[in-house]
Amino acid sequence: MDGRTDVRKMIQDNISHKANRVDAVMPKFLLVMASMSVLTTVGIVLTLFFDAFKFFRQVPLSEVFSTDLAPLSADPSFGILPLINGTIFTSLIAMMVAVPIGLAAAVYLSQFASFNKRKVLKPMLELLAGVPTIVYGFFAYSFVTPLLMRLIPSLGSKNVISPGIVMGIMIIPMVASLSEDAMNAVPDAMREGALGLGSTRFEVAVKVVLPAAISGIVASFVLAISRAIGETMIVTIASGSNKNFSFDITQSMQTMTSYIVEFTSGDAGAGTTGYYSLYAVGLILFVFTLLMNLLAQYISKKYREVY
Amino acid sequence: MEFEAQLLQQLEIEKDREIINRRPVRIDPARIRRRVWLNNLLQRVFSLSTAFAIAVLAILFYQIISQSIGWLDWQFLSSNLSIFPEKAGIWGAIVGSIGLILIVIPVTIVLGVSTAIYLEEYATEGRLRDFIRINLSNLASVPSVIFGLLGLSLFGRILHLGSSILAGGLTLSLMVLPIIVVSAQEAIRAVPGFLRDGSYAMGASKWTTIWKVVLPIALPGILTGSILSVSRAIGETAPLVVLGIPALIMRVPTSVMDDFTALPIQIYYWTLDSVLTREYANLASATIVVLLLVLFLMNSIAIIIRNKFQKSY
Repeated sequence: MDGRTDVRKMIQDNISHKANRVDAVMPKFLLVMASMSVLTTVGIVLTLFFDAFKFFRQVPLSEVFSTDLAPLSADPSFGILPLINGTIFTSLIAMMVAVPIGLAAAVYLSQFASFNKRKVLKPMLELLAGVPTIVYGFFAYSFVTPLLMRLIPSLGSKNVISPGIVMGIMIIPMVASLSEDAMNAVPDAMREGALGLGSTRFEVAVKVVLPAAISGIVASFVLAISRAIGETMIVTIASGSNKNFSFDITQSMQTMTSYIVEFTSGDAGAGTTGYYSLYAVGLILFVFTLLMNLLAQYISKKYREVY
Repeated sequence: MEFEAQLLQQLEIEKDREIINRRPVRIDPARIRRRVWLNNLLQRVFSLSTAFAIAVLAILFYQIISQSIGWLDWQFLSSNLSIFPEKAGIWGAIVGSIGLILIVIPVTIVLGVSTAIYLEEYATEGRLRDFIRINLSNLASVPSVIFGLLGLSLFGRILHLGSSILAGGLTLSLMVLPIIVVSAQEAIRAVPGFLRDGSYAMGASKWTTIWKVVLPIALPGILTGSILSVSRAIGETAPLVVLGIPALIMRVPTSVMDDFTALPIQIYYWTLDSVLTREYANLASATIVVLLLVLFLMNSIAIIIRNKFQKSY
């Protein structure tokens, strides 16, 4: 009766049987699955480049970088500047709303709010981030625009201000939670030191915590810009499709994202220059957001203070 | 010795002189009052801006719910689209959204959990792992409309799936993949090492350890992450619109290859149509209420799973 040999035999059996066959296959299978995310990126880059290339072959660069956008007219023209202009204006307004309010909320949550208040307020802010963008689009178009029309009578029913503001509100939770994370990473010893020397909480926030967390905060702004540039449904619904190159924010402007949505749902036939222009605009959008992300990663890595 | 004593005395004198010459510290009550006043003022400003964001949320909910009253009833849920607003319903859109969920769940769980297991358990530190990680974090920030273009080319035209439920579901799956990978990674990382060691000590192989020890413990976290990513997917509009979902689908889809409409798409078209007919705004808000209720339900389930089944070691 030697129990030890039985166990050893069992292990030997296990090793020699199918268990190790599964063990040989699984890493490979998992690697294949893991490479799907890489393939997705490759797929995005390839489709964008491939069809954008066709577009740039058909349309001279001088026309692409013009202010004349009329893809559906008899003599179509594909100037991209009106779209970039619209994207910049909506994102700018969104940032003007999201940066001060988001940062203030972050300072409040990390410096002033009591534990209990924080426990209530934080999930509510996250709720704001969980609302689908189409709902914000509806809200901007059917509530914010009519409200603003009372203040600014000349406001068009499609304009840049309303979606800009609503987009900013949508981004507030993102700025707030990323900035708050950066501020919470500042060691308590520094905070307590400053408080012990007689600073008020506000002085601690502005003179100690903000400078120490500045890399994370700036990175959160950059990510917010990237989010605003890529936001689609709010601007499609509330900002409309005016393709003129203008700086009048009380009127409609088209962004890059809403151009893509308008043109695909307008049933662009495959193979036309208009169809390829979608991919050219998509490529520029992709490069814009990618650069913003890399910039954010660079800022938070390079300028991080390590304690 | 004498020299040292002299030096010490010298130092004493210099210290005294320094203290005498130092500018007297004066406590300025006015300045302190000003600083405290500023502190209190800004505390109020900061708390008001937090309150502003939450107030907007409340207004949004109020606005949408009040517009949907009288429109959201059984007839609205169970009947199909119609050109008459009074008769229109969202049954087709509900079926379409459920179809999308049924595709997104298996695809993202298989792809996402496999990727997470590979990154956490198999991949060694090195370039390949860093590359996949950086790729995932960049993929997470690609605008959703770009995924629509990918779906339009890859699933719509190359694989000839058109604008079917399958094409839409696969496009959304790729879009939410980074979310589920990150949450599954966290869940797997939270499984304590001694359980793995125990399993190895019993003679279990690596895969047996992962399958029978790590995954069961990580399951609540993985489920929470997948519910959150699915709820992100069913609220998404832009990729589906880019895929070319037609504006008015009268037929309820019966297979994954059928053209379809989904809740967010219906909201989009009804919002656009509300310029012409006021009632479409009511239909849109009633649909939004349904969508938000579904999302709320899913998130509640996720939170319940997290709180109830997640053990801490």
